[in-house]
Amino acid sequence: MSTTYQIVVCGSIVPDPLQTLEPVPGATGPTLKNEMMLPAVLDPWAWHALFEAAHLAKNAPGSKVWLVSLGPKAKLQQVMMTIAQKAPFELIAIDGSASGFTEASEVAATLAGAIKAIPGLDLSRLLVFGGWESASRGSGATMQIVGEMLGIVNQFQGVDKLTIGADGSIEILERIEGGKHQVSICVGPPAVFGWATGSLPEPPNNPQVGMANMRGIMPALQKACTSKVGAEGVTFASVALPKQRRDTKIVKDLSTDEIARDIVSWITNA
Amino acid sequence: MSDQSVEQTAAPVDRQTMDVDIVCVGFGPATGGFLTTLSRKLASADGAPKPESSVTPGAPPQIICYERADDIGFSVSGVVTKARGIRKTFPDLDPSQIPMCAPVKREKVLYLLDPIGASRRSATLRTVDTLIRAFKGLLPVESGAFELPYIPPYLQKHGGLVMSIGQFNQWVGAQLMNTGMVQIWPGTPVAKPLIENNSVTGVQLADQGTDKSGSPETGFMPGMNVRAALTVVGDGPVGPVGRQIDQHFGMPQGHHQRDWAVGMKFVVNLPENCPLEAGTVLHTLGYPEPEIFGFLYVYPDRIASLGIFVPSWFESPVRTAYRYLQHWMMHPYLWRYLNGGTLRSWGAKTLGESGRRGEPHLVGNGYARIGEGSGSTNVLTGSGVDEAWVTGVQLGEAVLELLEQHKPFTKENLEATYVRRRRASWVETEGRVAERARDGFHRGVVTGLIGMALAGATKGRLFAPVKPRGPAEHTPTLRQYYAGRIPRVEVARIRQECTAKGVSAHDALMDRAGWPAIPYDGKLLVSHQDALLMGGKVQAPAGYADHVAFLYPNLCEECGTKICIEVCSGQAITPGSNGAPAFDREKCIHCGACFWNCTTPHPEDPERTVLEFRAGAGGLHSAEN
Repeated sequence: MSTTYQIVVCGSIVPDPLQTLEPVPGATGPTLKNEMMLPAVLDPWAWHALFEAAHLAKNAPGSKVWLVSLGPKAKLQQVMMTIAQKAPFELIAIDGSASGFTEASEVAATLAGAIKAIPGLDLSRLLVFGGWESASRGSGATMQIVGEMLGIVNQFQGVDKLTIGADGSIEILERIEGGKHQVSICVGPPAVFGWATGSLPEPPNNPQVGMANMRGIMPALQKACTSKVGAEGVTFASVALPKQRRDTKIVKDLSTDEIARDIVSWITNA
Repeated sequence: MSDQSVEQTAAPVDRQTMDVDIVCVGFGPATGGFLTTLSRKLASADGAPKPESSVTPGAPPQIICYERADDIGFSVSGVVTKARGIRKTFPDLDPSQIPMCAPVKREKVLYLLDPIGASRRSATLRTVDTLIRAFKGLLPVESGAFELPYIPPYLQKHGGLVMSIGQFNQWVGAQLMNTGMVQIWPGTPVAKPLIENNSVTGVQLADQGTDKSGSPETGFMPGMNVRAALTVVGDGPVGPVGRQIDQHFGMPQGHHQRDWAVGMKFVVNLPENCPLEAGTVLHTLGYPEPEIFGFLYVYPDRIASLGIFVPSWFESPVRTAYRYLQHWMMHPYLWRYLNGGTLRSWGAKTLGESGRRGEPHLVGNGYARIGEGSGSTNVLTGSGVDEAWVTGVQLGEAVLELLEQHKPFTKENLEATYVRRRRASWVETEGRVAERARDGFHRGVVTGLIGMALAGATKGRLFAPVKPRGPAEHTPTLRQYYAGRIPRVEVARIRQECTAKGVSAHDALMDRAGWPAIPYDGKLLVSHQDALLMGGKVQAPAGYADHVAFLYPNLCEECGTKICIEVCSGQAITPGSNGAPAFDREKCIHCGACFWNCTTPHPEDPERTVLEFRAGAGGLHSAEN
């Protein structure tokens, strides 16, 4: 049985985690120092979700991928330069905060609204992809609320693999406690998938894909609607980055046993 | 003996082809100037394309720019610039709208005395030092630095800007993308120009999904051929596309690229009690070695960009920029401002210091050269960004003229439009004044400074008449360099011990020569590897071939200096197990210093060396440089 899918990837942006991040108090809550001068990247979990979506669409001819992205328009534009050569998609841009200091329910409502507005949306073919986690929010709730708002009850979180069966069913590998996976079978769309890391490598840059994507990206950015997601009424007691301890050691060709021993020793002596 | 050069994958592959109107290689100030000029006039007021694309009828010209770094703001530098050309393009430019940008307020040029006694100074400079110390009560001497009472006009940057080119590139790039007229793709290295019948017909992108040697692996994707009526080469001083064009077409009579420098710098959060105000510009000379120049530019919010230039005419086989940079920062004059500061970012890049003398053929059928790689840098005024920007603007105007007249991008047409504009501009006039200004440095620092002063004062009519030599011609061996300071047997022992440990010898040799150990504080004085990881955030995406190649390993084994190991800005080149150097792409910051420092001439082309620097992805991953 061949199925064509409408795959909508919810993927926002985060400051490039390799840059120097420094939370500071802002007028409406916590913010990052010099945030607008930090380069941004697609949220790493959403990044994996996009690869998986592109892979699935490639193997189900006739399928289409949308990327619904909420973030400051200027930053979305910059991120598109680094991802648009990777996979074919149509961008739906929403201009709003991606600071991480936002309520999951407000973000989810915005995303669900954008998905509902996709012309020709067909729930019987709809797969909603997103990150299980986020590098900036990490509430673990956004995708579930998006699903609820779209009326989708089949939801899977911590997904590492998705296999389409001959009958059109979907076998899902979900992460569960204890380092194990749970196998579920879903009869088919609609469904929501919060991706963990997946198993696909980053696709190579394909200039032709980039050219084709970009024809739609700039108009999408130009007509991006504004969303006032935030955290009104919420007080942040404190904000801090995870404590870092740096101990540089560069070695090559160590066995995995030696690396593991080294890490254990480093942690236990911390 | 055989040249082990490999161009992309050796296996026959079916490469896809894409047609565009204009393809640009490298996104820096020159390409920024080019695309800004072009994109403003590619559509009529009603939005209709003006003129039309030849590959996509009905649409505006398809213009694509490929940049090898992971983002358009990575892999560049902090600068002070008069910004004449940049301000002409943006008459209402407000520095406060560009992060890490401020108007120049205060300039000083400082001669740094050696506070340690380890610096390798000539008798003349020792005499100068003695006189300065003897008369320090009468002279403007402060914390071991003599402030030059007069800055020649050609060195002044009054009215200009200090800025981070990383941030400036982001600012320009965002405006360009906003126009929808051009596409800029970072993370996409260009392997080579496509040359057919002595015309450049486009470029070939680097293969993806290969192993270190370039052989296909899982997910192999051959680099696409991107064909274009015009290829704009703005890939900088060590860009592989520009150099391959030079190899194919040769250099103009009497032109050569023999003068280089590696610029290495920190971006620093200055301590809270630092009194330096935004817009302060300090330039230094004299220390840690007389040949090494330094700079410190203060941005808003107590952020500073500071570093050193290590030039090719510094005749040392241990010209390690990182160790020297730390000694420079710790000079008493600077350390009183920096002590307590924190490293934000770090990086290094090559500067093409041949200036107009290194100008290649600016145009040919189907291609044009802009920016630093086109010889636009002014080596007298120490200015390159604004000049690069202007060359891009000139090409932009020329291309618009040719598009409007429906004329093809032939050598003749590009000469009549782009080259004509360039020759008539201040970039050319001032470049000619500077052409031989620095030649004297090939005979020593004092001769060099006198030559610069002569050229500056006489508009280039007088200069120190010294013939420049490439690094291969004048770099001494370790034994020669340390003669009289470290016994030759000890030099040999240190080299042997370091080779056995797989590390460069410069730290051990400098320790032995009297340079004190750096007291690491984990904040500003950090190890070289921590600077890479914490400051440069160096990345190496998988699936690309090594971009540094040793073409004749047997010649490398016999090399007396192994200078590529000593000079490597990222400690990515180390002693290899078979005597030839080993390369670790994960540490490379793509500064290109190994390429021009190599002292072993290519057996078939004395202007080349046996180290090849190719297109590669990754490197520095900080937008603050």
